[in-house]
Amino acid sequence: MNLRADQLTIAVGTRVLCRDLALAMVPGELWGVLGCNGSGKTTLLHALAGLAPPASGNIAIEGRALADYSRRQLGRALGILLQREDQEFWGTVRDYVMLGRYPHARALFGWHADDEAAAEHALAAFDLTALAEQTYGTLSGGERQRARLAQLWAQAPRIMLLDEPLQHLDLRHQLQALQLLRKATREEGAAAALVLHDLTFAASCDRILMLYGDGRFAAGSAAELLQPERLATLYGCGIRAFGEGAGAHFIPVI
Amino acid sequence: MTRAPLIIVLALVAAGSLLIALLFGTFPISPLQVLDSIFLPTPGIVDDVIWKLRLPRVLAAFACGGLLATSGVLLQVLLRNPLADPYILGISGGTALGALTAVLLGAGVAGSNLAALAGALGAIAIVFGLSFRAGDWNLHRLLLTGVVLSAGFTALISLLLTLAPQAQLRGMLFWLMGDLSHADASGGAWFVLTLVVLVFTLKSRSLNALALGALKARALGVAVGGLQSAIYFGAAVATVAAVLLGGSIGFVGIMVPHALRLAGVNDHRWLLPASALVGGSFVALADTFARTVWAPQQLPVGVFTALLGVPVLLILLSRRP
Repeated sequence: MNLRADQLTIAVGTRVLCRDLALAMVPGELWGVLGCNGSGKTTLLHALAGLAPPASGNIAIEGRALADYSRRQLGRALGILLQREDQEFWGTVRDYVMLGRYPHARALFGWHADDEAAAEHALAAFDLTALAEQTYGTLSGGERQRARLAQLWAQAPRIMLLDEPLQHLDLRHQLQALQLLRKATREEGAAAALVLHDLTFAASCDRILMLYGDGRFAAGSAAELLQPERLATLYGCGIRAFGEGAGAHFIPVI
Repeated sequence: MTRAPLIIVLALVAAGSLLIALLFGTFPISPLQVLDSIFLPTPGIVDDVIWKLRLPRVLAAFACGGLLATSGVLLQVLLRNPLADPYILGISGGTALGALTAVLLGAGVAGSNLAALAGALGAIAIVFGLSFRAGDWNLHRLLLTGVVLSAGFTALISLLLTLAPQAQLRGMLFWLMGDLSHADASGGAWFVLTLVVLVFTLKSRSLNALALGALKARALGVAVGGLQSAIYFGAAVATVAAVLLGGSIGFVGIMVPHALRLAGVNDHRWLLPASALVGGSFVALADTFARTVWAPQQLPVGVFTALLGVPVLLILLSRRP
């Protein structure tokens, strides 16, 4: 499945953050979305997910406008990992991950065996099987983040939007999450976009979208955009690069 | 996690509480006579007391309790506020204002019921009209509109009470405190109770998702606007059905759902039917106290729901750190 945005303008209040953005997310490609705090990354993701209407512009999945999908259909095609969840959850980690099956559920009451299998699989993918019966509220920040990722995995959308998916994760789980995302895109044909602040992980994306927060943006291949000069302009601080391609490292100059 | 056994236990508790409620009253009837009268009715005074006096009242009490507890669960999800109860949106205030105005003007039972219904619909329409704009709910505005409207209704009710002649004052006060002594025809209330519990138990997955917040629920594929409207009207209808039958019986709508949650029932799949059963049993028992403690004097059931409910909730609260 592909997601296309045309002439998309993102604004918060009267402040235009990004003007006339054209974006095409196609199967197999991983996008990295970069920008300073408040540059509109989250607002863009919410617009792409149909959670909040953009200031103007069109968004379509498979050529069909977002508004023409029912919420449930949209939930099967597209999933979003929110940056924050304000509400506490009452149940176990498994109950929480099961909710990801909401758009797929066919049973009148409770869940089907395939919903339960999908949740089980997602729990295993993020090392949560041992925690499955624990109350969600007792998890640490990083464990919660993994549970949220597992919920998205249980939802199994073909288009994934992830707002800071690696936040709170330890190094091993950051790497693991990124590898699962790579696998989902390259091998299973999903399209994904991640909001990131870690440029080393951005280097393993295929394409990069930079939001400057003043209406300008830049989109292109990772090799083309992940250049020290461009990054210095984007973040407003000096940046030095070590290495090339997916193995590149970036360090701010102090 | 399946909680089917819990529902079976609660159903037995409900049946037990109905039986206990039938047992006690001014006229002494033994448990055997009660069972005899239920399963092998024979014309006589015992049958008359059971079938014509106690059973309608007990059924009305149960329906009221079930409706209020169900409405409480729904409003706590909708408003995502643990303090939400069936009366928070001003619906009961509107109903009370309608009913008391009619009583003051000397209307009969039918007239005051009609006025109460009109008051309820008026309140529902005002709250809905002010907080539902352009296909979206503003929950803060919903809550505040309800609270402000309730305050307005309370003022008007106080005014009515001040103006009311002495003879009518007592009946009006009982109505406000929640009183089941005139409740007999509870068919409509039972219909509403069954319908609301059934519909929202089948919708429990959506309620569980909505409990995570509107944005998150939308991200999971819930059509949030429609669901919120359905919850609002479901809770409103349940509240109106209960208030028309028994007046403003307090404390059930807030206490029963919280007691169940504190006992570990959070999944709406089980919370809704469990709340209906516990709420019903609770009010049926409280009303039995109200009928018998001071007999032949009948007390308002609302006093007993609070007197019984406060210690139960305090004990549950103190159990957890």
